[in-house]
Amino acid sequence: MSSRIRTEIVEMNMGPQHPSTHGVLRLAVRLDGEVIVEAKPDVGYLHRGIEKLAELRSYVQFIPITDRIDYLASMLQNAAYVGAVEKLGGIEVPERAEYIRLIMMELQRIASHLVFFGAMALDLGATTPFLYAFREREDILDLFEMVCGARLTYNYFRPGGVSRDLPAGFYAKAKSYIAKQREKLPEYDDLFTCNQIFIARTRGVGVISAEDAINWSLSGPSLRGSGVAYDVRKVDPYCVYDKLDWQVVTKNGGDVQSRFLVRVEEIRQSLNMVEQALDMVPEGELKCKTPLRLKLPEGEVYHHIESARGDVGVYLVSDGAEKPYRMHWRSPSFVNLGAIDSVARGWKVADLVAILGSLDVVLGEVDR
Amino acid sequence: MNELQPLIIVTMTELTEKNIRDAFPKAVVQSSEADGALILKLNATMLLPVCELLRSNPELGFDYLADITAIDWKDRIELVYRITALARNEKIVLRVDLDRANPTIDSVSSVWKGAIFQEREVYDLMGVVFTGHPDLRRILLPEDWEGYPLRKDYVIPD
Repeated sequence: MSSRIRTEIVEMNMGPQHPSTHGVLRLAVRLDGEVIVEAKPDVGYLHRGIEKLAELRSYVQFIPITDRIDYLASMLQNAAYVGAVEKLGGIEVPERAEYIRLIMMELQRIASHLVFFGAMALDLGATTPFLYAFREREDILDLFEMVCGARLTYNYFRPGGVSRDLPAGFYAKAKSYIAKQREKLPEYDDLFTCNQIFIARTRGVGVISAEDAINWSLSGPSLRGSGVAYDVRKVDPYCVYDKLDWQVVTKNGGDVQSRFLVRVEEIRQSLNMVEQALDMVPEGELKCKTPLRLKLPEGEVYHHIESARGDVGVYLVSDGAEKPYRMHWRSPSFVNLGAIDSVARGWKVADLVAILGSLDVVLGEVDR
Repeated sequence: MNELQPLIIVTMTELTEKNIRDAFPKAVVQSSEADGALILKLNATMLLPVCELLRSNPELGFDYLADITAIDWKDRIELVYRITALARNEKIVLRVDLDRANPTIDSVSSVWKGAIFQEREVYDLMGVVFTGHPDLRRILLPEDWEGYPLRKDYVIPD
């Protein structure tokens, strides 16, 4: 009987306006029934040409544009760019500024992972965890607003330091946030992480072996979820990460659940780091004196950091002028997304939502 | 025991360079070091064989392609590859000069799949053609876009 039924591969578009594509991503999917035969990402909807924009602006003028690359982790984008400028210019950063930077970067990582947690839940049909996560993220955004006046696009880092000091009351407010977040995390676990439906939809789904993860150049939690302990904060330490007590989080499953659990555990690690750093901030200068019209010596530098989504690399080439001759932005979202076609093949279309969510791409960073 | 033994200090990067030069005597045009990473300027035709060696030779084990990008020097286009051996965190930078009028090079996507997207980006924005690439199309810009925006002579449309 079945041989008489004509079957054919169906082409389906997921996005660019689909809520689970986390922004404007189009996946051109080919399906055999429910099974994915091919899932080709079509990106570029948010391309703003930031590498060209960098060539047309002074080094300091470009900092606000970095805020708009990965807009869920702007502090970390600031850090990557300013770090490259400092490395090429041989600019020293006062210790007080280094600790303040670390606090901002780790709070930002938590805020970004909270968005991931909520969005992942939403993608799989659970609405409440999203509200929980955004409730706590709000406290972090309040802290950022206290420090620099902005809630999303901070423009806070400067070559040689940061733009403003921690305001009065920051310490107490940050400490009370940490206590509150620690109290809430078990609630997240009860509601979602240990939820049977969530486990059934993520365990063993979208498995990436360690070898494949490396070969696909994955980075960040998407790589560590395959058991590879590669974290730029440990392998190429920058800022003052080597002065704190913390561990690189890895999970060995390589599946959606492992990538999810890495991020949840990283929230706990980052809370510990912020707590330690708050008590270690020394007195001193906020910023060493650098001219606003900064000129960097002829030469080039590559500086990379561990952002919330992985290895962000900034390549600067200077010809001695006030503007870079060439700037290249190595984007972890872009590179990680490259693997989706190979990971998704053979899984059901409903799993595709979970797999895409587990790679945690931000389209602003994919498209640049 | 009192005899003086010649003391030979061999660094990681020196060993890597020796391995490459032994296998491909004519591949390396120039070598230097910066930031702890070995930087090799290669003959364009030798890029793919060197990459295959870097990844497959167990002594080298460069398994992680971190980044590919290109620079327009007005008289040539230079490609820059950053590769890491994760096990010992050793980094190598490969550089290749291409003819600006006809920038063509072998794709390394057969060695590292991570190159598939990154080479498409370089093709899209700088106009470098990667031969042997499985799916070389524009990626960030629309398919009918004219020109390569990261070239220095690109005129920004109104």
